[in-house]
Amino acid sequence: MGAGHAHKLYRDGASPVHALPAHCKIAAVLGFVLVVVATPRTAVWAFALYAVLLAAVAAAARVPAGFLLRRLLIEVPFVAFAVLMPFVAQGPRTHVLGLDLSVGGLWGAWNILAKGTLGVAASVLLAATTELRQLLLGLERLKVPPLLVQIAGFMIRYGDVITDEMRRMRIARLSRGFEARGVRHWGVLAKSAGALFIRSYERGERVHLAMVSRGYTGTMPVLDRTTATRTQWTRAAALPLAALAVCLLGWTL
Amino acid sequence: MHVPDGFINAPVSAAAGVVAAAAVAVSLRGARRELAGAGTGGGTGADRTAPLAGLVAAFIFAVQMLNFPVAAGTSGHLLGGALAAILVGPYTGVLCVSVVLLMQGVLFADGGLTALGINISDMALTTTVVAYGVFRLLVKVLPRTRRSITVASFAAALLSVPAAAVCFTALYALGGTTDVPIGKVFTAMVGVHVLIGLGEAVITALTVGAVIAVRPDLVHGARDLARPLELRTAPLAGTAPAAAPDQTTADEPTPASAPASTPTPAPAAPRRSTRPLWLAGLAAALLCAGGLSYYASSSPDGLEKVAHDKGLDSKTEAHAAADSPLADYSVKDIADPRLAGGLAGVIGVAATLAVGTGVFVVLRRRKAAATPAADADAPAPAPAEQG
Repeated sequence: MGAGHAHKLYRDGASPVHALPAHCKIAAVLGFVLVVVATPRTAVWAFALYAVLLAAVAAAARVPAGFLLRRLLIEVPFVAFAVLMPFVAQGPRTHVLGLDLSVGGLWGAWNILAKGTLGVAASVLLAATTELRQLLLGLERLKVPPLLVQIAGFMIRYGDVITDEMRRMRIARLSRGFEARGVRHWGVLAKSAGALFIRSYERGERVHLAMVSRGYTGTMPVLDRTTATRTQWTRAAALPLAALAVCLLGWTL
Repeated sequence: MHVPDGFINAPVSAAAGVVAAAAVAVSLRGARRELAGAGTGGGTGADRTAPLAGLVAAFIFAVQMLNFPVAAGTSGHLLGGALAAILVGPYTGVLCVSVVLLMQGVLFADGGLTALGINISDMALTTTVVAYGVFRLLVKVLPRTRRSITVASFAAALLSVPAAAVCFTALYALGGTTDVPIGKVFTAMVGVHVLIGLGEAVITALTVGAVIAVRPDLVHGARDLARPLELRTAPLAGTAPAAAPDQTTADEPTPASAPASTPTPAPAAPRRSTRPLWLAGLAAALLCAGGLSYYASSSPDGLEKVAHDKGLDSKTEAHAAADSPLADYSVKDIADPRLAGGLAGVIGVAATLAVGTGVFVVLRRRKAAATPAADADAPAPAPAEQG
C-alpha cells in the first residue's frame, strides 16, 4: 500500500486536462459517449470528426498516441464479433472482393466498430488523466450513492493486494512442481480460489475491525470539498458540446 | 464478454440502465442485511458493508484473472456471478459484480459507459439471480448434506451462464443495431455459453466445495446446513459428555461440566417445519391440475398423438377402466371438456395425495415404533401432479 495508488493506466502529468476536477471530466466523457451513440451511422464523416476531437484532447493531455492505441486492444473480442456480422446479417447483399456480404451487416459492423472504438478511447483518456482517488471522489460528487463509491474504493485499494496474494499462491504452486495443464488440474486451482475467497473475506473482517477501532461508523469523512469553478466546467464541456454540434450536423445533413 | 458502446440502441440501453440502477439500489439495502448477519461479530451492518463487499469485489476481480487451462493453448476464466451469489448471498453478489463491472468500464474501458446498464443487468443481475434461485431450489429439494450443496452450485452455475446469454439475446432482439436474425444470435450465444457454463459450473462447484470444507460458515447458501450445537448426554451421567460432531459450530467450547443440568434451549428447534413446503407443493399441483390443464392441448400425450396420426391405435382396446367416472382425464357428466379436464385433474391430485400421505404416515408410524428416537427428518411426499 505504500507505493502510491497510481494505477497502471494513469499517466502522471501537468496538462490542463489533468488539472480539471474529476467530476467534470466524468460528466464530459459520459456526455461525449452519449452523443456518439446517438449519431446516425450513415454520417461517416461525423465519426472522423469525433476522432479528431479526441485526438485534440489527447494532445492537450500529452498522452502519446502509442499508449492510447495499445489500450484500444481491449476491444479486440468485439471486433471479431463485428467482422462476423456482414456474413450473417439479412437484407440486400453486395459483393466486395469476391465475398458475398450483407449491406445491413456491413453498416452494423461499422456502427459497432466506430462507436465502440470512440467510447473506449474516451474512457482510456479519462483513466489516463485522472488519479484513482480523484475518480472515486468525482463519482461521489456526481451523486453516485456513497456506499457504492466506498465499495468501489475498497475494491480498487485491495484489488492489488488480493491479486498479489493470488500471484504468491501461484508461485507457491509452481515451486512445488505443480503446473496446470488441463482440466484434470482444475481441482487444485479451484482450491486456490476457495482459499483466496477465505483470505479476502477474513481480510475484510480485519479491515472492518481496524476501521471501527479508529472511529468508523459507516461513512467516510469528506476531506476536500473542491468544487469546480465555472471556467473549469466550461472547459470540460467543450468536448461534449463540440460533439453535439457534429451530431446535429450529422442528423440534418 | 462486455458489451461496448453502440451495440444496443439508445432507448433499450437507457431502460436497462434504469433496471440496473434499481437493482443496485435494492441490493445496497439487501447487502447491509446479509453482511450484518455474517461472521461472528454482531455489527449493525451499515459499517460492515463497505469493507466486506469491497473485499469480495476485489476477490471477484482477482479470480476473473485466474486462468483455467482447458486444452493445449486455450484457457477459460471464471465469471463469478454464481460463485458470488452462493458464497455471500444474492444481494451482495449483485452489488459486487456490479461494482466490478463499473470499475472495469470506467478504469479499464472494458465495456462501454452507455452500455453499463446492459452489462449490469446481463452479467450481474441475471447470472446472480438465476444462480441463486436454482441453488436455493435444489438445496431445499436435495437432502441436507455437503454433497448436495456442491451439486446445487454446479447446477446453478451451469444455468446462470446460458441465462445471461438468453438475457443478452432478448436485449438484442429489442434494441440490436443490426438485423441479424434473432434465431441465429440465439443459437450462437446460447450454444457457446452452454459450453462456457459447463466450465463455470465445474469451477464454481469445486471452489464452493473447497470453501465449505474449511469455513462452512462463510458459505451463505449453506447457512441452513449449520445446526445449533446439540448436547448428547451419555447414559452414565458426568463421565463422557460427547459433543455432537457438527461441522460449523464445533469450535465453540461446549459446556461439558454439567451434563445433568443442561440448559439446552429446546433441542427440537433446528427441525424446520415442512408444512410451508407441503402447502406450496399442494397449491402448485392443484394449480397445474385445475388451472393450467384448462389451456393444455387436447392431445397432450405425444405418443397418443403420433399413434393416432399414423393409425397405430386403431386396434387398441379400451382400457379396463374406460367407463370409470374419471376416464380419459375428464369428469363424465360435465359437458364443457376443459372444465371437466380441470376438475378431473383436481380430483386426481387429491386422490394421489391422499394415497401418498397415507403410505407416508403408515411408514413413519412403523419407523417411529421401531426406533423411538429416530429422527423423523424424511422429506414430505412430493405432491403428485397430473393435469
